[in-house]
Amino acid sequence: MTVNLSKGQGISLKKADGGTLTAVRMGLGWQAAPRRGLFGTRTREIDLDASAVLFADKQPVDVAFFQQLVSKDGSVRHTGDNLVGGAGQGGDDESILVDLQRVPVHVNQIVFTVNSFTGQTFAEVRNAFCRLVDETTGQELARYTLDGGGPYTAQIMAKVHRVADGWQMTAIGQPSNGRTFQDLLAEIQAVL
Amino acid sequence: MTAELVRGQNHPLTGDRLEVRVAAERPVVAVATLGDADGAVRSRDRVAHPGSPVLPGLDVPRQPAAEHRLAVGLAALAEDVHRVYVALALPPAPAGPDRFGAFPAPVVEVAGPGGTPVVRYVLEGLDRESAVVAVELYRRQGAWKVRAVGQGYAEGLTALLHDQGLPEAAECAAEALRAAAGADGAAAGPPVPGEPAGSPAGAGSGGISYRHPGRQSTAAVATPPAEAGPADAPAPASAGPEAYRPVAGDATGWSMDERLYNQVWGMFEDLARSVAAYRSAVDFAEARLDQRLDEVLSDPRTRVGPAADAAREEARAQQAALLDQARSVLDRDLAQLAAEAEVVEHALPPAYARWDNPVWHAYQVPLERPLAVRLGDLRLPESDGLRIPMLVRLPLERGLWVDSGRPPGGVDPGLTDAGQRRRLAVECAVAVAARLLAVHPVGTYTVHVVDPAGAAGTALAPLREHGALKEAPAGARGVTETLERLTRRVDLAQMAVRSGVPDALPEDFDPAGQLLIVHDFPHGFDDRAVTQLRYLADEGPAVGVHLLMVADRAEARGYGPVLDPLWKSLLRITPVPDDHLADPWVGHAWTYEPPLVPAGSGVLDRVLWQVGQARRACGA
Repeated sequence: MTVNLSKGQGISLKKADGGTLTAVRMGLGWQAAPRRGLFGTRTREIDLDASAVLFADKQPVDVAFFQQLVSKDGSVRHTGDNLVGGAGQGGDDESILVDLQRVPVHVNQIVFTVNSFTGQTFAEVRNAFCRLVDETTGQELARYTLDGGGPYTAQIMAKVHRVADGWQMTAIGQPSNGRTFQDLLAEIQAVL
Repeated sequence: MTAELVRGQNHPLTGDRLEVRVAAERPVVAVATLGDADGAVRSRDRVAHPGSPVLPGLDVPRQPAAEHRLAVGLAALAEDVHRVYVALALPPAPAGPDRFGAFPAPVVEVAGPGGTPVVRYVLEGLDRESAVVAVELYRRQGAWKVRAVGQGYAEGLTALLHDQGLPEAAECAAEALRAAAGADGAAAGPPVPGEPAGSPAGAGSGGISYRHPGRQSTAAVATPPAEAGPADAPAPASAGPEAYRPVAGDATGWSMDERLYNQVWGMFEDLARSVAAYRSAVDFAEARLDQRLDEVLSDPRTRVGPAADAAREEARAQQAALLDQARSVLDRDLAQLAAEAEVVEHALPPAYARWDNPVWHAYQVPLERPLAVRLGDLRLPESDGLRIPMLVRLPLERGLWVDSGRPPGGVDPGLTDAGQRRRLAVECAVAVAARLLAVHPVGTYTVHVVDPAGAAGTALAPLREHGALKEAPAGARGVTETLERLTRRVDLAQMAVRSGVPDALPEDFDPAGQLLIVHDFPHGFDDRAVTQLRYLADEGPAVGVHLLMVADRAEARGYGPVLDPLWKSLLRITPVPDDHLADPWVGHAWTYEPPLVPAGSGVLDRVLWQVGQARRACGA
C-alpha cells in the first residue's frame, strides 16, 4: 500500500495505529535516457544528487548532501553519492535517512532536492522517482515520479515538515536550475 | 493484501461476519445505521448507537474510544436492509476537539473472517466536520460490497441522520451522544480502546469479538493517551516506542564481547548526536532572540513603548519555549541512554568494566585477549551523570601518555599541588598497566618499567610485589639496556614482517606484547634514550611494543619542538578529569575520567596477585 503523490499533495507521516514514524528514508532512483543517433547504445552517465536541507524558521541551518554526508547533528544521513544512476529498476540510487526523533527541535522543515551535477536536463533522465520509505519496516509510504522531465537541471522534490503532532510530507515537484542545492536556496525559500 | 480505498471507491466483500475497525487519534463515537433499498433509514430502531448498541446483525461500542471494532453479521441483517452505514461522531466533550480537522485523519478498516483487513480507508480531507459517514456496506445483486464514503457534516450527527432520512434525527442524535457521554463518565479512567464496554464477547445477535480475552491489542498499547500534550512536544519518555527495555549486547557482533563493544560505541555516538542536536537548538534559539531584539531596536518607531516591550517579551517567550522543547528531547534521550548504560554496565566483562564492578572480584586470568579495553570514562557537561565507557581496541593503536602536568583549563583547581598530581599520574598508569596485564592471557603481555630517578617509589609496588613484572623496574643504569632491547625487538620484528618471514626470529625473541612504562621523563634520559623513545613511539605499536609515558610536557620544554611528534603520537590521558578528547562524529570536547581504583579497594592487588600466580604456575 503506497500512495502515489501528485504535485502539492501531502501525506501525514502518522502510522495508522497512531504511533509516530521514527525513521524515514528518502530514496531517489533514475536512469539515463538512451540517446538517439548512430551510437544509440552508448548511454551517457548522468549524476543526479539528492540533498536534504534542514530549515529552522525558514533559515537553512544544516544539510546532508554528497559533500557532507551527515548533517551536523547526525539526524539526517546521506548514504553516499551515486555518480551514474542505476539500472533505474526499482532500487534507490541515492538514499537519505532521516531519524525523525533525533531532528533538533528547532528544525521544522526538511526539503529534499535533486540536482543534475553533470548538467544534463531532466529531459535526458527517465524512470526518475523519489519515494519515502518507513525505514523501520521497509514499507513504502509515498512515491513521487518525476515524469515529464523538462529543460531544467534541478527539482525541489518534497518537504517533510512538522505539523501539529508529528511530521507530514508534501510533494513539491518544483523545477529549477542549479548544480547543487546551494543554487536552489532562493527558490526553496518560496516553497517553505 | 489490503486494498487501499479512496473516496467513492468500492470493493467486494466475502463471508458473512465482518469486523469494521476504526482508529482515530481522539475518542470518537461509532454509530451504525441500516438503510433500505433507497438508502433511507426509516426509524430509530434502524440506528445502532451507544444508547441502543445492539441490532440484529450489528453491535456497536457503548462508549467513545480512539479505537473501535464493530461486529457485523451480514446474514443476520433483516431482509429489507440494503445498506449499513458506519458513521463516526465526536463526543460532546468540553475539552475535546469539535472538528475532525483538529487531529490526523481517522482510519477505517473492514476485516473479513479471520481478522485480515480487506480494505482500508483513510478519511482524509476533513476539516470542520464533527460527524462523518465513513463507509457503507451495501447489497448489490445478492452480494455485499463496501464503499468508502467520507461524507462529513459540520452540523454534527443530527444533520447526518437527517440526511439519511430519519424522521427523529435530532432526538436520536441527542440520545446517542448522551449515552456516549454517560458511558464515558461511568467508565473509570480512560476507556480501553477497542474494548466495547460491557459487550459480552461473542454473545447474542451475531456480534463476534476476535479479541483474545486475556490479551491487550498491540495497537491499543501503541496508541498514545488521548490527552497528548502540546503538538510539537515529543511523546514523554513513558509512552510509545520509548517504553522499550534496553538489553545488554543489543548490537551486532560475532561474540558478546563484540556486541557489547559495538553497543557502547553506539551509545557514545547517540549521546554525541543528541547533545549536538540540543546544542544547535540552543544556539539557534539564542541567535533568533538576538535577531528579534535587534529588529525591535533598529526601528525608531517601535524602539520604546508598550509595543516594543511586548515584542521583546514575545521573543523571549519563544526562546524559552524552544529551549524547553530542546531540553525535553534531550532529557528523553538521556533517560533512555541512562537506562541502557545501567543495564550494559552490569553486563560488561572485566576488560570493559570499571574497577568497582563486581565482575573484577570473580576475575580469572583469561584465555583469550579481549577485543578492547576500557581506558576510562567519558562524559559531557549535559550528560548529567551519564558516563560512556571509553573502549579502545587491542592491540592499542598507539602508546599512552599520562599527563602529570597542570591541566591547561584548570578543570580541577583543587589539585594544583605538583607532587599530588604526579602521584595520581603514577597511580593512573599503574591502574592502566595492571588492567592491560590482567586482560591478556598468561605470557602474552610483558610490562617493563624504567624509572631512572626512582621517583615513582611505592606507587609501583602493586606491579612489583605480586610478580606481575618479569623484572624489577630499571633504575638509572637499566634504562639504556631496556631501551636498547626494545629497540632491537622492534627492529627485528619489522625486518621479519617486511621480508615476509615472521617465523624467522631469534631464540631469545619475546613474542609477547610489550608495554614500557616510562616514569618521570625527561629526568635521567640522555639524548640517545630520547631518540630511542621516539623510535619506539613511532614504530613500536605496529609490532606490539607500546609506551606508557608518565610525564609533564612542560618539564621537557628544553628539547624544544623536536619532541612534539612524540607527544602527538601518544594518546593523552589525564589523572584528573579533563576535557581534551573529541569524538569522531561531531567533535564535542568530552571530559575524560581516568580508570582509577577506588580508594581503599584491594581489587588491584588481588587481580595482580592472580596474574603473578598464573605466571609462576606456567613457569613463564
